[in-house]
Amino acid sequence: MATISIRDVRKSYGKTEVIHGVSLDVADGEFIVIVGPSGCGKSTLLRMVAGLERITAGTMEIGGRVVNDLEPRERDIAMVFQNYALYPHMSVFDNMAYGLKIAGKTKDEIRQRVDQAAAMLQLEPYLDRKPRALSGGQRQRVAMGRALVRNPAVFLFDEPLSNLDAKLRVQMRLEIKQMQRSVGTTALYVTHDQVEAMTLADRLVVMNAGIAEQIDTPMAVYERPATRFVAGFIGSPAMNILKGSVSGSDFVLEGGGKLALDTKPAETGRPLLFGVRPEHLQIATAKEATLNLSVTAVETLGADTLAHGTLSGANGAGGELIARLPGSAKVAPGDTLPLTVQENMTHLFDAETGKRV
Amino acid sequence: MVEKQGFGTILMHAVLIIGIAIVCFPIYLTFVGSTLTHFEIIRPPMPLVPGPHFIDNYSEALTAGITAPVGRMLLNSFVMAMGIAIGKIAISILSAYAIVYFRFPFRMFAFWAIFMTLMLPVEVRIVPTYEVVASLGMLNSYTGLILPLIASATATFLFRQFFMTVPDELVEAARVDGAGPLRFFKDILLPLSVTNIAALFVILFIYGWNQFLWPLLITTKPEMNTIVMGLKQMMPTADDYGNWPVTMAAATLAVLPPVAVVIFMQRLFVKGLVETEK
Amino acid sequence: MEKRVTFDNRMLPYLLLAPQLAVTIVFFFWPAGQALYQSLLLPDPFGLGARFVWFSNFEYLFNDRYYLQSFVTTAVFTFFVTLVSMSVALLFAVMADQVIKGAGAYKTLLIWPYAVAPAVAGVMWLFMFQPSIGVVAFYMKAMGIDWNPVLNGGQAMTLVILAAAWKQISYNFLFFLAGLQAIPKSLIEAAAIDGAGKWHRFRTIIFPLLSPTTFFLLVVNIVYAFFETFGIIHTMTAGGPGQSTTILVYKVYSDGFVGQDLGSSAAQSVILMVVVGILTVIQFRFIERRVHY
Repeated sequence: MATISIRDVRKSYGKTEVIHGVSLDVADGEFIVIVGPSGCGKSTLLRMVAGLERITAGTMEIGGRVVNDLEPRERDIAMVFQNYALYPHMSVFDNMAYGLKIAGKTKDEIRQRVDQAAAMLQLEPYLDRKPRALSGGQRQRVAMGRALVRNPAVFLFDEPLSNLDAKLRVQMRLEIKQMQRSVGTTALYVTHDQVEAMTLADRLVVMNAGIAEQIDTPMAVYERPATRFVAGFIGSPAMNILKGSVSGSDFVLEGGGKLALDTKPAETGRPLLFGVRPEHLQIATAKEATLNLSVTAVETLGADTLAHGTLSGANGAGGELIARLPGSAKVAPGDTLPLTVQENMTHLFDAETGKRV
Repeated sequence: MVEKQGFGTILMHAVLIIGIAIVCFPIYLTFVGSTLTHFEIIRPPMPLVPGPHFIDNYSEALTAGITAPVGRMLLNSFVMAMGIAIGKIAISILSAYAIVYFRFPFRMFAFWAIFMTLMLPVEVRIVPTYEVVASLGMLNSYTGLILPLIASATATFLFRQFFMTVPDELVEAARVDGAGPLRFFKDILLPLSVTNIAALFVILFIYGWNQFLWPLLITTKPEMNTIVMGLKQMMPTADDYGNWPVTMAAATLAVLPPVAVVIFMQRLFVKGLVETEK
Repeated sequence: MEKRVTFDNRMLPYLLLAPQLAVTIVFFFWPAGQALYQSLLLPDPFGLGARFVWFSNFEYLFNDRYYLQSFVTTAVFTFFVTLVSMSVALLFAVMADQVIKGAGAYKTLLIWPYAVAPAVAGVMWLFMFQPSIGVVAFYMKAMGIDWNPVLNGGQAMTLVILAAAWKQISYNFLFFLAGLQAIPKSLIEAAAIDGAGKWHRFRTIIFPLLSPTTFFLLVVNIVYAFFETFGIIHTMTAGGPGQSTTILVYKVYSDGFVGQDLGSSAAQSVILMVVVGILTVIQFRFIERRVHY
């Protein structure tokens, strides 16, 4: 059990800085998910916590102890790797026991701890097998078991589910969460999958280009994205973003269309971005409608129907939108849909900095 | 694939069988020669089927020989082949480990220094190498037979290639598990290399066993001769009719161990051959 | 290609490298340096000292009829060893790739001569072809051929070429077979559907796709004929009759150890080092190309 404190941590390879100062405080027992597109630096950040990458600047504390110069084995951490990294020549038991053997634990203690972890992960029947005789999900469990037996201060997960098929991924996602809950160990989890991120995290760290764009609970990130990047990255289909500026209590689109705003922003005239999620657009009567969508394509997903189109009608043209409608909605390309925006569900971002206004 | 068989297939089998007959004939004839009497051989044509003197000739070869007992030469060859195979593997796997898994000053220098040895077979530098070994007092010794031949880059390259294919995550997992470099080498890398080591061993054993020029130079005492070079000393020369059956028995014994290795470890042999030549 | 993950340790890598570097320096760099140095020296007639003569050993060599002759001998020997051994091996490999029954047995029976040492191969072939006792020689003479490689240089050359090529068939066979088996079956099937017969398929599809293997084997066989056939020459002909089978490597040995002409032998070593260097570079260029193939 431990807290983690990351203070303005930076990483450079030669002259290229890839992590531009990230700060994060993790409470004891908290499950933190670091999410972002590939190349954003999320894995590098995790590997710096693990001690697999050197920290160029800043400080890193685990359990109140500065670990910048400590080797991985001195940091009291355990890690689950993307491709599992099981030792191919060792049995499941030996894979899980290896760290304990190095730590000089007694045979009895090793046996007892491995058995306990194996029971928890339903691995008992496989303890004598070699990794190659296991299915993907079982290998994943062994990798988790290897982390579990160590009883470390921190669990680190580096995209552990990305090699599994979709169905297994959902199941393992739940198992990871349950396991972490039951042992109460602080966890850092890296993924590029926003569904994994939303479902697992107590708090999310959304990273982009070496910067933590937002650190907050999943719902807060969804409801109040701090930047335009976060708005586009979390949520599927992505948030609709329209260019324009504020005029009075309206948002004037580049094409001349006008949208009503819930709140009145301080400044007018400055270039801004207007954001609304597809699921916050609703079909309305022609009279109530604040915008009209001329539909160009329709995707029926069963539970939902996605309508793609461009803004048109009285408020003038101004951009492309996706609306997420109930599965029962009858829409066809060529239709004009009258839509309203749900109250308090619009977002404004600075066009230049991308920051929330 | 549907294809008319018949004559074509028979022809192919025929070609292969004739081919095998031609390829195997010299070895067969050597064996036949080892079961005849000297008299039967020097009055051609010699019979083409084995005679009854197998036991006589082989026991004479093994215990008495011509220049030295063949038994002793076989032992020398065995020591030399094992020494070269084990020695090469040991020093190569260590240096490949250093080159692949560490960053240190002069790393590329060491790499190129080892690489250069690829370019110079012993045959090319025999006289100076002989002088070096002589000045170190290693003539007529196993050390002298083995040491100069274990300096070669081939095995280092093979291990380097193999290490490059070992996933980085295994190293990281081992480090997180608390293993240092030596522990990682012993517990993870070495067990993973077992097949490669075995394949390389097969090739190097044959290489060591079949050395001719080097033992010819540095072993002047018959009791230090290896079988392959000793065989040359046993050959009858113009003014000496020698003892052909014993010589042929020695020749048969000389090819037996490496041939057995190739046949019984064919899979490893093929793997070793293909990978050392990459 | 470099590893992303490495260990930090100051002393350990040097300790790990030490054995190999020590052996390399003592038995490789020192002798190679000696060879270079000696190639520039001329020992006095009494063997007491040596004079520094710059490149006159090399000059002497390139004006030496015997040395130049040895180049020609090596070229002829290498050409025929490579040609015979590769074409026979290719024929066997194509057959073995086609037959279904007994392919494994054929393979085993064709590869084991690889294990025969060149020197032992020389003894075996001499046993067959020795003019006075060889059984093959006997039947050749019975057929009216005037067979005497002990006196006839051309016959001696033929004999060492056959023995050397025989020894290398296994190796070439193995690589050709592997190359053939690596050709995707779908390509051959596509050609068959396009109407190509067996021979046509071999000429237009299989042989071109085999060319990386062929080129690789070409280099390996040249290296083999140049440097690894010493045992065959030494046991069968000892470079004779006259100088008719004295290839370059054999000359380094006979001038150095038999003739005790150290300066000349060292100069020959240096020239051979250059030859090996060129062959190695060719081989490496080729490997690089194959990676991107």
